[in-house]
Amino acid sequence: MSLDQTRVVITGMGVVAPNGTGISNYLHALKNGISGIKYREDLKELKFGCQIAGTPVVTDEYKQELLPELIAKKVENSGVIYGCLAGIEAFKDAGFEIDPERYDPDTGIVFGAGALGLDSFVGEKINMIDNGNTRRLGTWSSTQSMNSGASAYLNQILGFGNRIICNSSACSSGTEAVILGYEYIKSGKAKRMLCGSSEGEGRYIWGAFDALRVLCRDSNDNPTGGSRPLSSSSAGFVPAAGSGALMIESLESAMERGAKIYAEIVGTGLNSGGQRNGGTMTAPNSQAVQACIKSAVNEAGIDPQEIDLVSGHLTSTMADPLEIKNWSEALGRSGCNFPYVNSTKSMIGHSIAGAGSVEIVASLLQMNNGFIHPTINCGEVHPSVENLICAQKISTESRNVEVNTVIKANFGFGDVNSAIVLRKLEV
Amino acid sequence: MEKEAIRNELKDIIDPYVMEKELLGNLSDTMELINDLKINSANIVDIVLDIEEKYDIMIDDNSINQMNTVGEAIGVIEAKIAEK
Repeated sequence: MSLDQTRVVITGMGVVAPNGTGISNYLHALKNGISGIKYREDLKELKFGCQIAGTPVVTDEYKQELLPELIAKKVENSGVIYGCLAGIEAFKDAGFEIDPERYDPDTGIVFGAGALGLDSFVGEKINMIDNGNTRRLGTWSSTQSMNSGASAYLNQILGFGNRIICNSSACSSGTEAVILGYEYIKSGKAKRMLCGSSEGEGRYIWGAFDALRVLCRDSNDNPTGGSRPLSSSSAGFVPAAGSGALMIESLESAMERGAKIYAEIVGTGLNSGGQRNGGTMTAPNSQAVQACIKSAVNEAGIDPQEIDLVSGHLTSTMADPLEIKNWSEALGRSGCNFPYVNSTKSMIGHSIAGAGSVEIVASLLQMNNGFIHPTINCGEVHPSVENLICAQKISTESRNVEVNTVIKANFGFGDVNSAIVLRKLEV
Repeated sequence: MEKEAIRNELKDIIDPYVMEKELLGNLSDTMELINDLKINSANIVDIVLDIEEKYDIMIDDNSINQMNTVGEAIGVIEAKIAEK
């Protein structure tokens, strides 16, 4: 078999999301349309326009169960903790055990992050520096403030010897991480890659988005109703934090190990609109978005008609109708011929760089449990969306539907795009 | 402060940095932090910061270099408390 024919499959999943920490809790929340968005008193005190956010709940018991004691007790950066928890859950879910003596040169990590060093923990550290007390920073500050903090701490626990990298492409980082891992495996340079992304919680990351006036400001008294993707009343995204992780590997490696297989990665697209032709630092070039989607479908070698579910980027902003237009034109499907579409962000908000990986985990859970999760708060579909696709393709309730093929995309600041096609394995 | 009390408190401070917990059961003054308790040398700085916070003292670089064993660490703590 030539290298470019290497098939790549997903064999492990892990997640830390605002509406569920750990796969089983997350599955329960997705099925039941449970929101993880909550009111935040601290954001009110800081005079944020948006005072609601999606923050994962991580107990000390869960940290102690999965992490080495020193990391559980001493690492303060929530983005690093979320990444380590999701990564270890995925590693174990794939059938591996942590072994402090094991060094595995065939496995690597691609773990994306957006502003990992701007996690809330950094405030106290910066105050120490500004107050002339740099010596009190200790030895943990540099490793926790580097963007590669999650991948570095993860690999301290796991001991992989292949490429260990952190990618950073804003909201596109999570899906991009999985695509980069897939390409490494296809290149023959690694057998397995632990891929994912993480974003920590807090005011220093979210403040800049509040200043941009892209966050939801009308739901401080109704937090779970704030994230309303595809709705006629979308009023900006709800900031969030979280991490998703996937163990991906060559089909050969998975078969050798007798691993369970959640899906095959059959097509990918990764490009940029060049901040031209309507694309800007913060808005996408539609031509490039469509090219990215088409590239993933072409690489998959499927007819767009075979797609059962579109897992959108869909952040609950004015950009949602344009995104649907791009999907519709790229797939050549409209009206009631458009696939089902949903937005995980309706329940968890937008965890920036964490979004893609958390949402890919959602896609895999829907494929493997035969359902399509609701897009909550979308009682009244935006008229521009309804002009393009039938409203019943969006649902505020869970539907039991067989899902064989999903296409997932994310778009990020800097005019960068990523798309991935996941399919149930056919041997 | 009693030497014994400081020893117990020091034990709590170094606990998270000691991977082999059985070593803490037989803690003696002659044990070396790095060689006997297998504490990562980079974490000595963190232990010093934790001690400073606990006793509200400052441990200068010179004193850190003298803290090779449990007994020496207790000695430095006692001396710095006395200087307060």
